[in-house]
Amino acid sequence: MEDLIVRTISRTLVPFIQVYGLYIILHGHLTPGGSFSGGAVLGSSMILFALSFNLERGAKKLSHDASTVLECGGILIFAMLGFYGILAGTNFLTNLKAGFYPGVPGEFFSAGFIIFITVALAFKVASTVITLFYNLIETEGEAHD
Amino acid sequence: MRLVIILFFLALIGFTLVATVAEMPLYGHPENPTNNEVPERFIEKGTEETGVMNIIGGILVDYRAFDTLGEATVLFVAIAAALSALKAHSH
Amino acid sequence: MIEVALRLFENKYFLVAMILFIIGFHTLLTHSNLIKKVIGMNIMDTAIFLFFVSIGYVDGAVAPIIEPGVEQAYINPLPTVLILTGIVVAVSVTAFALSLIVKLYESYGTLDAEEIMRIRSNEP
Repeated sequence: MEDLIVRTISRTLVPFIQVYGLYIILHGHLTPGGSFSGGAVLGSSMILFALSFNLERGAKKLSHDASTVLECGGILIFAMLGFYGILAGTNFLTNLKAGFYPGVPGEFFSAGFIIFITVALAFKVASTVITLFYNLIETEGEAHD
Repeated sequence: MRLVIILFFLALIGFTLVATVAEMPLYGHPENPTNNEVPERFIEKGTEETGVMNIIGGILVDYRAFDTLGEATVLFVAIAAALSALKAHSH
Repeated sequence: MIEVALRLFENKYFLVAMILFIIGFHTLLTHSNLIKKVIGMNIMDTAIFLFFVSIGYVDGAVAPIIEPGVEQAYINPLPTVLILTGIVVAVSVTAFALSLIVKLYESYGTLDAEEIMRIRSNEP
């Protein structure tokens, strides 16, 4: 689709949507939101980019290899943080009792491993949304050829 | 004929569900059986035990972290299955 | 009779959830288009989510974001958390169903479930 208005508006909007998504993710322990909603916002911004521009330029922004790394890495970081609890002598996925930095509740650097898990899960969700979109669109294009 | 059977069963299920709603506790009443000591415990001790302000985030990623790990696995398996179904070459 | 009607009006969120469930089930049963079946399944999911989230509501309470020093009632956080899990599972199931439908359309050339069954029964 070659539409000047759609392209200009979406190119202006995409950074703001991404900043908003990052805000939702990083303040998951303080304000409403968290990994799933923030990841969905991030993924939707990339889908908007790929819809308003053509698919190849969108695919260059996030390649298949990068999405593979994000998919597997997110869940791997989650499991590793869980195993740290076992190394510290507590149960699997123990937060504050395993020695993570507790901080002062209400400040940004607080709540132990919650912020790391939120970021990892959010990028996993975003890459899931983007990968599903690209693959459904690609198979549709092949069917018409 | 099939439509008549379907509508009959839908009416049966719908009547059962609406009758259940008529017997349910009042919406939003503070004395409801769901508002027992469990959510009070989570709201009182949640900030102290997990260090969060957003209790929902605290429950999701700390108390129920193992469940969230399973949820992430479900998402992973779903996308792996979807991709393997889409990329398979049928003849 | 009047009492039952008043009770149903008080519980209108549960009632709407049940009506949505019936609408989704009707779509799932009567339409043979596979995409419409998936849409009906999603409507049923939404009905269950609405039912669970409205169970956790308390009159005059706010969302469970703790504000230090402010005494106020908070809603029940547990159904919300459970439904957050449920939404993700619903999205996963929808994605897998849609990808299967894409492959079915490629191999049979139609989205109609009864048409696909007819083609399959004619095959040797």
